[in-house]
Amino acid sequence: MHNKAQSIRQNDLPNALPDFRNLGVMSRILVLANALAVVFALARSGEFSEFAGKFTEIAGQLEPALLMVVVVLYTASPLLERLAYRHGLLAVMATAIAATAVLFPFQSGIGGNDGWHAFSYSIGFAALTTALLAWYFYLRNRAFSPAISEARLQALQARIRPHFLFNSLNAVLSLIRKDPKRAETALEDLAELFRTVMADNRELIALGDELALCRQYLNLEQLRLGERLKVEWRIEPGVEQALVPPMLLQPLVENAVYHGIEPGIAPGVIEVRIARRDDRLTLQLSNPYYEEHQHRQGNRMALANIRERLLLHFDVEASLDTRVAGSRYEIGIVMPYRKPT
Amino acid sequence: MTQLRVVIVDDELPARNRLRELLEDCRTEQAHVVAGEAANGVEGLQVAASTQADVVFADIHMPEMSGIEFARHLQVLERPPAVIFVTAHDQYAVKAFEVNAVDYLTKPVKAARLLAALKKAAAGTRFAPGVLESIDQGPRRHFSVAERGRVVLVPVSEVIYLRAELKYVTLRTRTREHLVEESLSQVEQEFGGMFVRIHRNCLVARRLVRGFERGNETEGDEGWSVILEGTEERLPVSRRQWVQVKSLAK
Repeated sequence: MHNKAQSIRQNDLPNALPDFRNLGVMSRILVLANALAVVFALARSGEFSEFAGKFTEIAGQLEPALLMVVVVLYTASPLLERLAYRHGLLAVMATAIAATAVLFPFQSGIGGNDGWHAFSYSIGFAALTTALLAWYFYLRNRAFSPAISEARLQALQARIRPHFLFNSLNAVLSLIRKDPKRAETALEDLAELFRTVMADNRELIALGDELALCRQYLNLEQLRLGERLKVEWRIEPGVEQALVPPMLLQPLVENAVYHGIEPGIAPGVIEVRIARRDDRLTLQLSNPYYEEHQHRQGNRMALANIRERLLLHFDVEASLDTRVAGSRYEIGIVMPYRKPT
Repeated sequence: MTQLRVVIVDDELPARNRLRELLEDCRTEQAHVVAGEAANGVEGLQVAASTQADVVFADIHMPEMSGIEFARHLQVLERPPAVIFVTAHDQYAVKAFEVNAVDYLTKPVKAARLLAALKKAAAGTRFAPGVLESIDQGPRRHFSVAERGRVVLVPVSEVIYLRAELKYVTLRTRTREHLVEESLSQVEQEFGGMFVRIHRNCLVARRLVRGFERGNETEGDEGWSVILEGTEERLPVSRRQWVQVKSLAK
């Protein structure tokens, strides 16, 4: 179970509180609570012109309490994780009501003139908001439950192009008579590459292992492309131990060869840069860009695949961007820096 | 039995070496000699022409010029060689080959298949007209002209206009004229909006149109002529095409 929690951190169990230290979870709480405030303000406005005033009034009371709740949940997250789901829910509900109650004396009421009436309105709104959010996270957890997430991850297993397999086999065949030693090495590389591709690729692995895989792949490509393929590695020392989704880089390197090296007669350079910035890991990959080569299929599929796997592992904390800068095509990935526990 | 002259065109050196080995293996059953090899279509055209190749093995997936475009340009030679396509994994092309009964080999190549293809080529099978055009996945990058036994390639981007005159089509670039065997309507279709028809017998490069002026050789002051970058010539715009063409004026 521990490993599973590491691979898909947000949804350890179908019935569990969300990870209050996850940026995606936090932003969902903030956005949804404010959306409820909008609905509430609309419901309480007789005419649309009153809406702005009502919303300001409600928001004025909501935001401080909301911030307080978020800070408390963030701090108490390790404690909450240890509670049973039901007790955790009660604790969160109590936090929301307590925060509203504590802040109430410093604010004007939203219910009416009568102080007690206003107080019960505020508490009611806090309880209702918490309940709706809990319900939302419950449904979301169910939709992304480990079983389903894992099934999706499995379906998303990166695939190697058949084009590469057949060309590599052909290149190995060309070596067998003249250079049997090199043919052996190449077949070993090929076997290891496919062992990784066909393995169960759901759990995070060390970046160093992924880089080794990329090097093996590139050795095979070098065999058939020779001088045309040049690779520059700029890897910050120490990042090799960071945990990344398996097959994160290999498909990107394969794309770079297919779209950036194969269409050119002259040698081309693939550049891979990996660095750590505080708690973020940044990976950048660039290759020569051939505009007329873009109608070829495959690139977008590999990118969509990696994007979705990043989403399943890290939610909104990871991103993948692509751009064309002059004569080069660039891909940038930013993701949380995770160390093995 | 005369020896077949074979040329191998593939951008990957190991692939060319492998094909040489396999050809060597079946030399006793089909006499031939490997007359040359090339790493891309542009070189391949010169090698095929200078060696007077009988059979050319062409990889489909090559930089600069696809194997299919390469085969199209080979057809301008007086005695075009038989072409056997080779591909690692190109489902689209393989399907098109099957439909059109074009010979092809898949990588890794099997000796028995290679021998069968070679024997068929020795028997003298050639492409039916229009087959390669229907298989090609995109517009060509070059027009080709046979000149003194060589293939001269004219990049499509250098063409100013194509004009049909009696038997031939004249292709104009900044520096010179070529006579090509093309059909204007086929060119119009292949390159989409790149060439605009200004007359029943004339296509001009859209991006080189600089404007129009009054008067032309057939209609006098009533008609219009097009001004093109890269040439002093003024080509007449027919009354029928004027409606569509005048919007190009800037």
